Amino acid sequence: MDEVLLRSLTPAVLGVLVRRGAGFAAAEDAVQDALIEALRTWPDDPPRDPQGWLVTVAWRKFLDATRADTARRRREDVVEAEVAPGPATAVDDTLQLYFLCAHPSLTPSSAVALTLRAVGGLTTRQIAQAYLVPEATMGQRISRAKKTVSGVRFDEPGDVATVLRVLYLVFNEGYSGDVDLAAEAIRLTRRLAAAIDHPEVAGLLALMLLHHARRAGRTGPDGELIPLAAQDRSTWDTKLIAEGVSILQTALARDQLGEFQAQAAIAALHADAPAAAETDWVQIVEWYDELAALTKSPVVRLNRAVAVGEADGPRAGLAALAELDAGLPRYAAVAAYLHEREGDLARAAQLYAEAARKATNLAEVEHLTREAARLNAALRET
Amino acid sequence: MAKYLLLKHYRGAPAAPGCDVPMDQWQPAEITAHVKYMLDFNAKLEETGELADAQALAPEGTFVRYDGEGRPPVTDGPFAETKDLIAGWVVIDVDSYERALELAGELSAAPGPGGKPIQEWLELRPFLAVPPTITE
Repeated sequence: MDEVLLRSLTPAVLGVLVRRGAGFAAAEDAVQDALIEALRTWPDDPPRDPQGWLVTVAWRKFLDATRADTARRRREDVVEAEVAPGPATAVDDTLQLYFLCAHPSLTPSSAVALTLRAVGGLTTRQIAQAYLVPEATMGQRISRAKKTVSGVRFDEPGDVATVLRVLYLVFNEGYSGDVDLAAEAIRLTRRLAAAIDHPEVAGLLALMLLHHARRAGRTGPDGELIPLAAQDRSTWDTKLIAEGVSILQTALARDQLGEFQAQAAIAALHADAPAAAETDWVQIVEWYDELAALTKSPVVRLNRAVAVGEADGPRAGLAALAELDAGLPRYAAVAAYLHEREGDLARAAQLYAEAARKATNLAEVEHLTREAARLNAALRET
Repeated sequence: MAKYLLLKHYRGAPAAPGCDVPMDQWQPAEITAHVKYMLDFNAKLEETGELADAQALAPEGTFVRYDGEGRPPVTDGPFAETKDLIAGWVVIDVDSYERALELAGELSAAPGPGGKPIQEWLELRPFLAVPPTITE
């Protein structure tokens, strides 16, 4: 039984049911019932048209459930009275599901969970595992999210930017367990890119591919972080890089720059450099300037300070850093790096230790502690 | 099987020989060896089926207290230095108290500066279990 095929069909089937007037939660239940039926009967009796089969069975399940529930009798009448549904294009329906799942009334974490469930077709258990919470907790989170969007009209035009943000959140979870969320986010973004023609969708897809291509080099055998400059570039996936760059170039040619395209451009410049020392930092600073103009994000300006430090020397980097709020996450880490490059090892060691205390994940804490230890060891020797 | 909590303390525990040097003063290779020891420890417990959970905590926390209807909770800011800080925990599910002691000893022997065991103090606490439904 091809689970991936089932997963990829789920959103389209769900979309058809909702389009035909089924409530979101009821449609979801019906689709789940149909999937169970498929798992049971397909091995012996494979359908010629899997999606058509699922739509038919799910619709029947939905009608059964509606009929069985006397409280829903009135809604059933409405459904019966409606004109027979015509053929629905799967692509459009999936697209509307994206917008529904990324609805602004949902919190980011709910939007992510609902997207993985409805568009990605993952099971509640798989999503719970990826987020390291009990299945019952994730079940509650998802059903609350479903309740929140149940009153939302399905034909409301959504905001592409919100959908992209949700997909990027999924990507950044990047957990590689039973379900690899980074790969899942790429799969969903590919589908979105196939459905709508929008340079920022292409920009996000390119950005994900370029990041993903470097994944093997990012951590060592024990899960420790390896900074970009020290990564073994032969482990990077050149095919993914080539694909990301070509998608990005097509998007940039449309001359509608957005933040994802700008970020992808920076990632592409890193991916393009045969060695860390050959990185085109001057051009990277230019892209950070573009990005800063688009987002006003302090994190972008922090990254820009790093790039300035590489392009124009650590003193220029520290000057750029001085304009920013010292309370920013990773501020101390950036300051430590620039001070070390400037030759002030004692100050750098202090800042690395401070950054380690403020870091929010274990791999980062260990990496920064190790950096502090490295400098302290060097200081003792002199 | 019984569950035990192995609590790693930042401070508050009696002084231990290897614990008085902050980690950023170790050699990088010593940190790597220490981290590897912990990972191997968890992996081994997973293999024996004795691992229930292992988590690390950030060093900063806040004390919070209810302060009456309609009033914001009282917070105590970051923990004062003398207060106990917990670094993380491992939850094990083992056959006997002796086995729990043995594993706690092993975890406390994680290598520190110079590769010598840090002899870190661990607090070992049994979990209270839910009473069984069937009482016969």
